[in-house]
Amino acid sequence: MRSQIERSSLLRAAIVCAALGLSSCQQAGVLDPQGPIATAERLLLINSTAIMLVVVVPVIVATLAFAWWYRASNPRAERSFNLAYEGRIEFVTWSIPALIVILLGGVSWIGSHQLDPRAPIPADAKPLRVDVVALDWKWLFIYPDQGIAAVNRLVVPTGTPVQFRLTSATVMNSFFVPQLGSQIYTMSGMETHLHLLADRPGEYPGISANFSGDGFSDMRFTVSAVPTKDFDTWLTGIRGTGPALDAAGYAALLQPSKAVPPATYRSVEPKLFERILDETAAGSGNAAAGAAWCPPELRAGG
Amino acid sequence: MTMVTIEAAPTALAYGHGGGGPAPTRTVVAYGFWIFILSDIVMFSALFAAYAVLSGNTAGGPSGRELFNLRSVFVETACLLFSSYTCGLGMLSAERREVGRFLLFAALTFVLGAAFLFIEVSEFSGMVSRGAGPSRSAFLSSFFSLVGMHGAHVTAGLVWLVYMVAQVLAKGLRATVLRRLVCFSLFWHALDIVWIGVMTLVYLLGAR
Amino acid sequence: MLGRLSWAAIPFNEPLPLVTMAVVMVVIVAVLAIVTVKGWLPYLWREWVTSVDHKRIGVMYMTLGLVMLLRGFSDAIMMRTQQAIAVGGAQGYLPPDHYDQIFSAHGTIMIFFVAMPLVIGLMNFVVPLQLGVRDVAFPVLNSVSFWLTASGALLINASLVIGNFARTGWMGYPPLSELAFSPDVGVDYYLWSLQISGIGTLLTGVNFVTTILKLRAPGMTYFRMPVFCWTALASSLLIVAAFPILTATFIMLLLDRYLGMHFFTNEAGGNQMMYVNLFWAWGHPEVYILILPAFGVFSEVVAAFSGKALFSYRSMVLATLGICILSFMVWLHHFFTMGAGADVNAFFGIMSSIIAVPTGVKVFNWLFTMFRGRIVYRTPMLFAVGFIVTFVIGGMTGVLLAVPPVDFVLHNSAFLVAHFHNVIIGGVLFGALAGYNYWFPKVFGFTLDERFGKASFWCWLVGFYLAFMPLYVLGLHGMTRRLQHIDNPSWQPWLLVAEAGAVVIMCGILCQVAQLYVSIRTRESRRDLTGDPWNGRTLEWATSSPPPAYNFAVLPQVETIDAFWEMKQRGLTLAQSPYQTIEMPRNTPIGFVLAFFASATGFALIWHIWWMAILGLIGAAATFLIFGWSDDREREVSAAEIALLERTRPGQGRVA
Repeated sequence: MRSQIERSSLLRAAIVCAALGLSSCQQAGVLDPQGPIATAERLLLINSTAIMLVVVVPVIVATLAFAWWYRASNPRAERSFNLAYEGRIEFVTWSIPALIVILLGGVSWIGSHQLDPRAPIPADAKPLRVDVVALDWKWLFIYPDQGIAAVNRLVVPTGTPVQFRLTSATVMNSFFVPQLGSQIYTMSGMETHLHLLADRPGEYPGISANFSGDGFSDMRFTVSAVPTKDFDTWLTGIRGTGPALDAAGYAALLQPSKAVPPATYRSVEPKLFERILDETAAGSGNAAAGAAWCPPELRAGG
Repeated sequence: MTMVTIEAAPTALAYGHGGGGPAPTRTVVAYGFWIFILSDIVMFSALFAAYAVLSGNTAGGPSGRELFNLRSVFVETACLLFSSYTCGLGMLSAERREVGRFLLFAALTFVLGAAFLFIEVSEFSGMVSRGAGPSRSAFLSSFFSLVGMHGAHVTAGLVWLVYMVAQVLAKGLRATVLRRLVCFSLFWHALDIVWIGVMTLVYLLGAR
Repeated sequence: MLGRLSWAAIPFNEPLPLVTMAVVMVVIVAVLAIVTVKGWLPYLWREWVTSVDHKRIGVMYMTLGLVMLLRGFSDAIMMRTQQAIAVGGAQGYLPPDHYDQIFSAHGTIMIFFVAMPLVIGLMNFVVPLQLGVRDVAFPVLNSVSFWLTASGALLINASLVIGNFARTGWMGYPPLSELAFSPDVGVDYYLWSLQISGIGTLLTGVNFVTTILKLRAPGMTYFRMPVFCWTALASSLLIVAAFPILTATFIMLLLDRYLGMHFFTNEAGGNQMMYVNLFWAWGHPEVYILILPAFGVFSEVVAAFSGKALFSYRSMVLATLGICILSFMVWLHHFFTMGAGADVNAFFGIMSSIIAVPTGVKVFNWLFTMFRGRIVYRTPMLFAVGFIVTFVIGGMTGVLLAVPPVDFVLHNSAFLVAHFHNVIIGGVLFGALAGYNYWFPKVFGFTLDERFGKASFWCWLVGFYLAFMPLYVLGLHGMTRRLQHIDNPSWQPWLLVAEAGAVVIMCGILCQVAQLYVSIRTRESRRDLTGDPWNGRTLEWATSSPPPAYNFAVLPQVETIDAFWEMKQRGLTLAQSPYQTIEMPRNTPIGFVLAFFASATGFALIWHIWWMAILGLIGAAATFLIFGWSDDREREVSAAEIALLERTRPGQGRVA
């Protein structure tokens, strides 16, 4: 009788903990996806967790149960000191983890291919190209087709796939907007690729997810997703005001600065992204090495 | 109740499964040194990997084709490989406690090893004077480090060889000295193996 | 004359390091003064500093690890406090310059100077005893290994007061760690201290592989070795195979920084991705180097305190070797987000999941060892149960992170930080503390106080969950790691809970300090007179507590697994005669002297004091050559001497 009460109080404690745990799952960040990539990734996260909990929860319960029941002071526990091997148990202990891993392996393979950052997102709208340059300690967004640029604020139209080319002018950073999905490293002299899409209008915080120095904590930006016609309005407005991102303007950006407020540029030197790539690699074969990571059809300019 | 146990010879079955008791000192020392050499080879493989990644990154500077002189590489290689042969002969003499012959082969090994180093240092200084030093490009950094690391090991080996000759002259070919000679010869032969890799992957492939 | 060293290197205008430095100096001077005045110096030099006895070296490693735990934990609680208060517009009390050094030092110290020494310390003390032999294969090398590790620890602590430490994180990724972005001494401190201690660790690996494979008691075939020795073997094999990669990688970065080469620089063709690959090709095996011996400790502890043989010895061995090999095939999971492409990412993701299979098998084996056993709850067993529950959770989040698309949103986040602390604290640290409590009576001849032991366990357990469960949540909410201040105020409650957890862990550490103090004060009441306080199963419990210098007067003849248990079942003790002359290695100062020169050389290279560096290298070489000449390395212990020692030793292997 006593052990049954102890068992049920254990169960009640477990339920309370689970409830507390679930209540912490308030919608934010990764758990509040605003685009198809982030939605798929959250689903994978939840599915993988669920698959593993099927084994993990019984194992934890069994551990606590065995630890309690087989304590020395329990007169009712059956003892069997010769139990050092049992083929059937052996079979089960290897198969259970193996099955879980096979299942997760399939999930990993399929998921990695479907959610490859380089894979374009199928959508009706024509993709928007954005070039991203990580600087110390702010983010430069160049719109090569529109001929404008912005710092620390990325405006995109909703429902439109955004096709990113990314690099860094200094050290390794990582471009990450948790609510929109995957992050990708930005590395000097190299070009990485990413595709994201925002379903709904909103302001989505973005960060650098790889430590890059003293100003790292302030290396934040915002992604403003707006309806398409608002985006066009914004574009027109930008072209009328603000400085031009020419050689002098870029040289000013290269100076280290922290907590830079969002700014825009009315025009951008053409092929600025390519020039930054080449410059950072200082004319070596490195730009080619970086491009070797991308399939030919996704390389610079393609 | 106590039991008197004589440390009896283990059965043949036990030997095969590692039940023979602690191995003799000479086995233990050679085995341990061999494990150390394996770790050294892992370090070289990391340098090889770096070379493989960076060999194309010449930063607009000279490449292997322009720099490598395969004739001198051939001579270097012959010197080093032959020195391994003389080292082996030296070890055989040492095992037979023939001090005189051991010293002869040790001297030959030293001369051949020194010749290898001389050629390598000349190659390096030639490259540096032509502006193709290790800080010119990533390719050259990885070349100088990989080949230079091997050369540094050869240098250490030559110092060790002199030291061992001194020990042999002072103390004769006693068991302790012999154990250290075994380690030296393992080291010297391993350097040969690494050099085969360097010669092939760096010089032969790079000079194409 | 003094390179780039000048008075400016000492942080006179920064109160925090200055005060810390002053306190530490006072403590060191006080300890040295007490030791000198009480006349302990000759004893310490003769019996400890110059010792080549694996038991003494093991104790010194554990001491180093536990002392550095205090330093590493101070860094931790400083970081937690900073993150708890620097929210919204607040900047906290640690400017980025300091905060960056603190998190870099925290990681470096915890991995290299806490976890490694604790694990290697346990291996050092226990393995030769469990194998039924007298010492490791190369006792002098063992001493060198320890002192080189201590030298690295000295250098890293010197960075607190002379100059500064790296601000790159504990991994030191270029280009941030290159001269262009880290021109000061910080990264050099990091590189030289780890190169020096890395040599020590590599030599330990060579030593233990040789010992375990070539030096075992007669009759101890491979499948009669204790499981802890198997895990020590696997860990040592990993050390031999992985540490040279780190050595080579750091050599490359040092060449970039000192000789202007271009392995990883932005310009002239350097490749920063190659550093990441090479670093993690070492880095992943490293975490298995840490966890495998901890698994071994738990295998011993669970079996001993359940009064039952470990369930399925063979599959434990198979799982251990499986983990050993697989650990080399997963390194890319540390940088799925670097853009390798779907096929490569998927391959490494699947391999990373596969490594969960042997780990899962081990967990089941521990559970079935407890099943139908008779479990006695001493401190080590509490740590074992806490470990199983905690490690399973940490392993689960690890396999979650191994799914590349999931990692795309969790990489480098607080979730990742929670995961690796989950497995390192729940696995490695709990294992080290369990081993510490378990083998302490064997080492010193008296048990540790149980009440403080249990209190420290509960503090560590509760403190861990409080400190790190909020970080899982914060990672899911989008918080990245290494933030000096946080802009999102809704994250503060979680950070405050984490801070509370750190405080509870601090109580756990204080309990351990108290435990040691109280145990020493009341040791007479807890003397281990039988040599076998826990009714153990393996050979170390057959010796007296502490064992004689030569471990076994006559090497035991082994016929089964759990050789000591078998002996007890049959009413046997260790063989008492015939005694023969034993050769024991002589003590030597070479380890200490080499480490002295290594420290001097390292310091000189860091500060560009070239003449001092050359002198240091010459000194080290000379020490090597002088030592390498002598043949008189051993002293004889005669049969009569042994007989006398055996007669007067309490509790020599009596039947339980």
